[in-house]
Amino acid sequence: MSFQVIMTQLLSGLGRSIEIFLLTLLFSLPLGLLVAFGRMSRNRVVRGLVWVYISIMRGTPLMLQLLAVYFGPFYIAGMKLGSMWRFTAIIIAFSVNYAAYFAEIYRSGIESMPPGQYEAARILGYSKTSTFFRIIFPQVVKRILPSVTNEVITLVKDTSLAFSLAYAEMFTIAKQIAAKETSFMPFLAAALFYYIFNAIVAFGMERIEKAMDYYT
Amino acid sequence: MNHIRKAFGDLEVIRDISLKVDKGEVLSIIGPSGSGKSTMLRCATMLETIDSGEICYLGERVAWAEPGGEKVYPKGDKLRQVCSCFGLVFQNFNLFPHYSVLKNITDPMVHNQKRPKSEAVQEAMDLLARMGLEDKAGSYPCQLSGGQSQRVAIARALALNPKILFFDEPTSALDPELTGEVLKVIRSLADLHIAMVIVTHEMNFAKGISDHVIFMDKGVVEVEGTPEEVFEADHERMQSFLGRLEH
Repeated sequence: MSFQVIMTQLLSGLGRSIEIFLLTLLFSLPLGLLVAFGRMSRNRVVRGLVWVYISIMRGTPLMLQLLAVYFGPFYIAGMKLGSMWRFTAIIIAFSVNYAAYFAEIYRSGIESMPPGQYEAARILGYSKTSTFFRIIFPQVVKRILPSVTNEVITLVKDTSLAFSLAYAEMFTIAKQIAAKETSFMPFLAAALFYYIFNAIVAFGMERIEKAMDYYT
Repeated sequence: MNHIRKAFGDLEVIRDISLKVDKGEVLSIIGPSGSGKSTMLRCATMLETIDSGEICYLGERVAWAEPGGEKVYPKGDKLRQVCSCFGLVFQNFNLFPHYSVLKNITDPMVHNQKRPKSEAVQEAMDLLARMGLEDKAGSYPCQLSGGQSQRVAIARALALNPKILFFDEPTSALDPELTGEVLKVIRSLADLHIAMVIVTHEMNFAKGISDHVIFMDKGVVEVEGTPEEVFEADHERMQSFLGRLEH
């Protein structure tokens, strides 16, 4: 296999890794906020259910969750899903898992907000929704950015777990090529690509943090 | 407010207090810490719920506690309508740190009172000018001193044209220098005949600005009347409280 071919294959794998990364963030960030609300709900049943969900998501390996989501429908309901199911299952499992982590981060940010902000907003006439989205949430975002950055960087590397479902993202391809060529080089190349991917993400997060730095 | 009672768990903070403030009247509330002064303000502005009694604004009963203990409070739009009658200036300002000084003042006007942005900005700049802070319009709260922050907080409350302004120890977090600038602003508001209720430890200020003063201790009103009546009153607890302050 020529160097060029190896590179193109790895790059297409990288493309799929990036796909997983972006879609997971797209779904898990909003879902995490909903889960955080559930975690802080006044309803004890809702609170309890959400607590159990978060506990399982954070307490079991993501790889196992991937297998559970992928094979679940077949073993539980005898459903045979089409070829798109592999990718869909991956996105579902990743999003649901990461939503749990983001939920706890959101919750820590929201609970650290001084009650005086809510009180001032209330007397100034803001509705509960407006208070949350105009006053509280912008401040929460700034506070939780370092924790969110951590999770995002972890996600970049976790995309390689899709390997367990034989999904051809970059790590899978690297392994295949390495086996075929009996060479370690594809792994090195993959490592380099992950590193560059991560560097770009870290740079992006830093820019966001700087942009929010106009106040303390 | 009529016959207010408020307890936190076992601790009865307000035992039986009735208060009335008329249009344009300035009422000062003085007393030792723990006497229930701040709690009174928080009950008046509905940040806390009362255990018994009733609260009326502009002649209308807005919140009360049923004899059976059930508390009836306005919600949603009705709550916002009631809140538009009054404003509250906090001891620790509670400005919105992610908004500029100008936006802190204009946002409630534009978003809650639905006033046009240009009008809101004009009024905000006028208010800031009156406070001597026009050049700080683009600054953020983290860049202001305590006195400046408190003056912005007062402007923010004033911008909504409340009928009555509550002040919860507005200068307690400020050093004597900054206290002066804030008191000057509050004095100028009295000239505008806005009704005000001020909880304060600044005795001379309270004496000079008020139409009415009440001295609270352990959840009840011990002395009330005009400033002269109250400060000269032959009340042992109060005199010892005042004496302790005037060292």
